[in-house]
Amino acid sequence: MFNTTDVIETIEMIEKEHLDIRTVTMGISLLPCIRESAEETAQAVYERVVKRAEKLVPTAEQLSREYGIPIVNKRVSVTPVSLITAAFPEKSALIALALDRAADTLGIDFLGGYSALVHKATADYERKFLSTVPEALASTKKLCASVNVGSSRSGINMDAVKRVGELIKETAALTEDGLGCAKFVAFCNAVEDNPFMAGAFHGVGEADCVINVGVSGPGVVQHALSFAPEADLTEAAELIKRTAFKITRAGQLVAKEAARRLGVPFGVVDLSLAPTPARGDSVAHILEELGLEVVGGHGTTAALAMLNDAVKKGGVMASSRVGGLSGAFIPVSEDIGMIEAAEKGAISIDKLEAMTCVCSVGLDMIAVPGDTPASTISAMLADEAAIGMVNNKTTAVRIIPAPGKKVGDTVNFGGLLGRAPVLPVHTGSAEKFISRGGILPAPIHSFKN
Amino acid sequence: MKAVVTVTGTDRKGIIAQVSAFLCEKEINILDISQTIMGDQFAMVMLVDATDCKEDFASLSAQAAEVGRRIGMSVRLQHEDIFNAMHTV
Repeated sequence: MFNTTDVIETIEMIEKEHLDIRTVTMGISLLPCIRESAEETAQAVYERVVKRAEKLVPTAEQLSREYGIPIVNKRVSVTPVSLITAAFPEKSALIALALDRAADTLGIDFLGGYSALVHKATADYERKFLSTVPEALASTKKLCASVNVGSSRSGINMDAVKRVGELIKETAALTEDGLGCAKFVAFCNAVEDNPFMAGAFHGVGEADCVINVGVSGPGVVQHALSFAPEADLTEAAELIKRTAFKITRAGQLVAKEAARRLGVPFGVVDLSLAPTPARGDSVAHILEELGLEVVGGHGTTAALAMLNDAVKKGGVMASSRVGGLSGAFIPVSEDIGMIEAAEKGAISIDKLEAMTCVCSVGLDMIAVPGDTPASTISAMLADEAAIGMVNNKTTAVRIIPAPGKKVGDTVNFGGLLGRAPVLPVHTGSAEKFISRGGILPAPIHSFKN
Repeated sequence: MKAVVTVTGTDRKGIIAQVSAFLCEKEINILDISQTIMGDQFAMVMLVDATDCKEDFASLSAQAAEVGRRIGMSVRLQHEDIFNAMHTV
């Protein structure tokens, strides 16, 4: 028999507190698509993606109606394309167009995997592939690109870090307000089963085809905390754990059922708290609910550390397999609390960098002045990658140097991408440091064998 | 399969009658009902068995919502698993 209070609680979470399944992402291997020419490979890629994911959108929509819970995004991730086009890297853009066309045919929201894994070195074919990224992002709508520039085991490929800074600038120049940069992320310690964009790709260690699900629900956590204004932080952490458990169970249910109906293995549930620009769906507001006047002030890192840990502890028990990024996201433009804090001048890139030490994932959806040098963006990536490398965690940079914009302006991306007040960057040059290149060695504690 | 029907909104006459008539018409059997009034707010939760109903569940759910619109209430028909998943270990 059911408990009426539980039933009403679920209904309220969905209808008033923005509980949703943020994404059902199908990972598809492209390895069987490699042909002799780029044209044949592009055709094989299109056909495989469309065939494998043909039922993804209708199945997700059916599940959404049956369970009465919104499934916001239906996505596909694929094998890093640089591996598929190694024999003809200059023509990689053909695969980009084929993937975008497949995304259109399927009616999915995004497709990720226009990616290269260059954490130890950049092969010649990867160098050529990377050069196609800005044009590929400018000529497609749903395609997302990513680069892994470092890992705790291999160190940081500083040549790749330098190149990514240039690519971000090129992408910004080719797309209105630099919007293409919202579809481009650089990682340290990228994960192979991440269902979230822009960084989703289907790792080569994965099954041929798999379903990964990303849950959300910052509004639910904030709402639960609002009933416990006097709770100490131990109690608050417990409350967050219990709430995260419930949220994740919904994700686990959808993931298992989607995998069963689609006839592919269930991969992981990603326990991330992913905000949207909607009021009541903000990670920043959870931190403020915990007692901070405004996110970005002193205490923010500690509050975020507690939140991130509690979300994981609650979520891990709720799912049979957990993976992906699993933590609280702090994208500036996609979180109304972050946007407001940035507009008030309460939050800086330095504070955001500190926050990334204790949560997933990194400097995310931050607009910086259009005249920010490529070397400065590379240096921001180097800093983030160093945090990830030393702390054995995933870090990332998704920065938008909006052309023609300066501090005080706002860039409007629209929809779930939100709006971003342009934040100041340090003006001291890192040009010489970045131009040194080479490998930033892995930390001593990476030698665990 | 079992499902949960929830009806919420401002209290008025005939809510249970209308919702039950819809369920009966669709060959859905009511297993349990719990109903409460908070102020002027009506909240009802029903556990139902839809095994004999041959219609597509998603379409049934849309029709239930339509019944709700007709009587000025919020009516939802959801698979019971979502509640079991979220509230049991």
